[in-house]
Amino acid sequence: MAELIVYGIVLGSIIALGAIGLTLVYGILRFANFAHGDLMTAGAFIAFFLVTGLFPWLGIPDTTFGSLSFGWRMALAFPIAMACVAVVSILLDRILYRPLRLKRSGSVILAMSALGASFIIRMIVLILWGADYRLYRPGVLRPAIQLPLEIKIRPDQIFLLLVVLTLVILLYLFLQRTKMGKAMRATSDNMELARVSGIDTERVIIWTWGIGGALAGAGGILYGIDVQLHGGMGWNFLLPLFAATILGGIGNMYGALIGGLVMGVAQQVSTAYLLPTYKPAVAFIVMIVILLVRPQGIFGGRRA
Amino acid sequence: MRVLEARNLTSGYGETDILHDVSIKLDEKEIVSIIGPNGAGKSTLLKTIFGILRPSQGVIELQGEEITGLSPDKIVRKGMSYVPQVDNVFPSLTIQENLEMGAFVRTDDYRDRLQEVYALFPLLKERRNQKVGSLSGGQRQMVAMGRALMLDPKVLLLDEPSASLAPLLVEMIFEKIVDINKTGVAIVVVEQNARETLKISDRGYVLAMGRKVFEDTGKAILENKEVGKLYLGG
Ligand SMILES: Nc1ncnc2c1ncn2[C@@H]1O[C@H](COP(=O)(O)OP(=O)(O)OP(=O)(O)O)[C@@H](O)[C@H]1O
Ligand SMILES: [Mg+2]
Repeated sequence: MAELIVYGIVLGSIIALGAIGLTLVYGILRFANFAHGDLMTAGAFIAFFLVTGLFPWLGIPDTTFGSLSFGWRMALAFPIAMACVAVVSILLDRILYRPLRLKRSGSVILAMSALGASFIIRMIVLILWGADYRLYRPGVLRPAIQLPLEIKIRPDQIFLLLVVLTLVILLYLFLQRTKMGKAMRATSDNMELARVSGIDTERVIIWTWGIGGALAGAGGILYGIDVQLHGGMGWNFLLPLFAATILGGIGNMYGALIGGLVMGVAQQVSTAYLLPTYKPAVAFIVMIVILLVRPQGIFGGRRA
Repeated sequence: MRVLEARNLTSGYGETDILHDVSIKLDEKEIVSIIGPNGAGKSTLLKTIFGILRPSQGVIELQGEEITGLSPDKIVRKGMSYVPQVDNVFPSLTIQENLEMGAFVRTDDYRDRLQEVYALFPLLKERRNQKVGSLSGGQRQMVAMGRALMLDPKVLLLDEPSASLAPLLVEMIFEKIVDINKTGVAIVVVEQNARETLKISDRGYVLAMGRKVFEDTGKAILENKEVGKLYLGG
């Protein structure tokens, strides 16, 4: 059980990275980006391409750091892939969502266009990499260390938790300390007032998509390192992402973080009683219950 | 000197015109009030002047420069600030952060300005790290005005600053408006508390059904029996 909880926290921190971006975008644009999960997929495969395709070709050596399963190639690929997904995310808004926003399209049209974008990203990945599962290294080559309470954890997973923690702290500092971060929170509170205060809300929107995309990308890369890659991976994350977002209160970044962890633990612990294939159902049930009982989320936020 | 002039404004939402051929002007150091019944178009007038709504006809000039059709974020850089009637603070931000957002377009050091605004509203300084969402209505109104003052504007537009406040607070807000005016800011204030407002106003305009129906000095409007009966509730 203790081990399942630890694995749940690992999975949950990946969900949290996606949910934070989803909630930031929703907070500012009142728009549920159904393509958000596929941004995670994009991040995972861009990193995979760099590590297994481009970097070997460039002659960057295949090292590993200590007992981690990866080395310099991944260390370089990680920030580059995050930046690439940030750009993809911003372009998605500029090319697709923003024109619809300016035309004041209804929420159904926006939702459909987001689903369309999601299909496109997924199909591009499936065309380029096929429908097989991809791994950096087979599981047997990824040693685990034994902790008390019969918890087995791989060094990669400890690294993963540290990366998520670092990203969350950086985001916190950005939102609390920087001018753009404060403007993002202000715009999320009240876009109209932000405009009359002279805040360049278009720039705020670009930053929001960039940060949301980069975090989703990071989540996808980490899942690829920890488990495996597949064209449909991000789509499968969509349900837990939304559940985590709603649980934490829509638009509430800190709520999304906790919501993500709760969803991860709930899903992993459920495997003690249910077949693992029911994991998405767990996310779905949590989401429905929250919507019925407390639509403003546990920590307050906008009503779903 | 004329700091703001709107000539023959016709404006509204979408296809429907709400405001018809309204002209107002504001001189340096003046307080000018706009009064009139609910739905008269007072807020619509301020929104049009501030560039949130685009007039279908008419011209707006700020300090001699035409600003018709400019967006609010451009207008705010030209020395005019606006406090909306509702939702005029960022509730999840602290008082200080709200004020900082008012100074968003400034790239210089605005710490002195922050202290000046705190000097106008000492209570805000005391609570500067408190979230605005937890403040009372009167305190929020001070935050909203403080935010609008951060750019050291020449002209301030206030939309019903005393709305839904207790009588004691209404008085306090009017005192603050006079204080702000004394620092050299010309003010256009829209109000329901017509009599109180006219007392502190140099001039006033009466709006009804989207048209300007009367204008005079504050004192003269107060003494005008007919206007009083028709628009100031007897
Ligand atoms: N966003 C909007 N869209 C369409 N019509 C609007 C909108 N806002 C106001 N109106 C209409 O415009 C008219 C004038 O409204 P406005 O808010 O300017 O009045 P007001 O004089 O400020 O009234 P109040 O004293 O209630 O604030 C009203 O008939 C109102 O229904
Ligand atoms: Mg009004």
